[in-house]
Amino acid sequence: MKLITAIIKPHHLEQVKEELYKAQVNLITVSEVLGHGRQKGVTEVYRGFKETGNLLRKIRIEIAVNDSFVERTIKAIVKGAKTGKTGDGKIFVVDLQECVRIRTEERGSEAIG
Amino acid sequence: MKNSRLIVLCCAMILSSTGLCFAAQSPAATKIDSGDTAWVLMSAALVMLMTPGLAFFYGGLVRRKNYLSILMQCFIVLAALSIQWVLFGYSLSFAPGKSWIGGLQWVGLKGVGLSPYTPYSATIPHQAFMIFQAMFAVITPALIIGAFAERMKFSAFLIFTLLWATFVYDPVAHWIWGIGGWLREMGAMDFAGGAVVHINAGIAALVAAVMIGKRKCFDKHSVPPHSLPFSVLGAGLLWFGWFGFNAGSALGANGLAVNAFVVTHTAGAAAALTWALIDWKFNGAPTMLGTISGAIAGLATITPAAGYVGVISAIFIGVVASILCFAAVSFLKHKFRYDDSLDAFGIHGIGGIWGTLATGLFASKAINPAGANGLLFGNPRQLLIQLMAVAATAGYALIATYILYKIVDWAVGIRVNEDDEAIGLDLTQHNEHAYTILD
Repeated sequence: MKLITAIIKPHHLEQVKEELYKAQVNLITVSEVLGHGRQKGVTEVYRGFKETGNLLRKIRIEIAVNDSFVERTIKAIVKGAKTGKTGDGKIFVVDLQECVRIRTEERGSEAIG
Repeated sequence: MKNSRLIVLCCAMILSSTGLCFAAQSPAATKIDSGDTAWVLMSAALVMLMTPGLAFFYGGLVRRKNYLSILMQCFIVLAALSIQWVLFGYSLSFAPGKSWIGGLQWVGLKGVGLSPYTPYSATIPHQAFMIFQAMFAVITPALIIGAFAERMKFSAFLIFTLLWATFVYDPVAHWIWGIGGWLREMGAMDFAGGAVVHINAGIAALVAAVMIGKRKCFDKHSVPPHSLPFSVLGAGLLWFGWFGFNAGSALGANGLAVNAFVVTHTAGAAAALTWALIDWKFNGAPTMLGTISGAIAGLATITPAAGYVGVISAIFIGVVASILCFAAVSFLKHKFRYDDSLDAFGIHGIGGIWGTLATGLFASKAINPAGANGLLFGNPRQLLIQLMAVAATAGYALIATYILYKIVDWAVGIRVNEDDEAIGLDLTQHNEHAYTILD
């Protein structure tokens, strides 16, 4: 089991969700986060005062999958979020030790899908 | 390329707007009434507040990435059109001139002084009438914003709005309200702007919505309002301001103003209640959005009738307004799949048409001896005149808006590109966010 965390641009969320559904990955947790990578934020103007280096709004997607689903999940996220420009985001994949479905108390692979 | 087109457009505008200034007319000296003047000034301030009110009403309904763009569009209209109005808009609308457009003798408010101008109002300074009307000229183009919300380029918006105010609002205001205007001469009754304001803006909204095209997400999923409480705040401010809009249109602190005040309030209340009940019946629950939509529909609808109808007629007008507008936004829009994003046509267009016709049905000389009776009071001819006013306003708004849209699209491009639309107009057009996340 793996936990896939992706950080993407907010306006790519719709497309990423669509690609994930197409790849039959239907379980997803989404949160709004702040951060920046190499592009170091946009410039904003407040009453004529330019500010750079702000933290940018990003979307964090978390998906727990069985090993056989890892590649197709990654591909779907990339397909939905890639523009080729800086700021497209990152995907992190880590081992997942345990997963418990609260309703049934099932554990492991059973509980994920 | 686009820049050179813009320059061409600007030159054309300047050339067409530099006209002759005739000698100022000296109005007959009449006595200024302090009560009337106080009420009209207060009403002008009330109507002014409607534009920021509209900003909140519309702003709450869009996604939060576009919130500031709506507030900004409304606010800049307030600034830009106020200048347009004192420079030449007022003259084009209200100066005695041709039957289809006002003269240029009041350009720069030349001759528009502090004594009354009797043909419009004998008891208040001419400038009080002018500034009261300025607020109408401001909010009318602002109503159209609802149609192309979340996808129009700010520069294009600014040019379009100035052109629209000059070539659509000003002439139509002259037709119905200006001395010598052809619909006024014909006897069309529009107390506070059912045709001039609501039909005019509503039809322009429909044209703009169809021409700019749907938002990218329109076919995929519904777009939930980002903050309904803001819309409720906006609707409250609009309702409050509407007392200035309608009761102020009596141009005096008198019985007519009181009648307009009472029927305006009554129609708004009846329509709000009706929409809530329709929602309950058809959608399973009375919704906040439905209730405020109903209120606005009722208030817009009673606008042309406010100085001519009684309170029972007002209830009927309000109830029917909600039924018609509900049908427009729930069925018509989905059947024909146009993205009138915030229902500027569905509420103001439909409401304005019904209100203007209803004036021809329910108007009564018992309420306003200076008006005329409607169909139900034995004068079917008035309904025909009202129908003519509806058709002329809608027809002209349709064609003129189409042409202006094409010109602005050619000059600077109306719609933002797909990326900017996805990112949101706040950031791409104004370099600002409405909300922070952490602090």
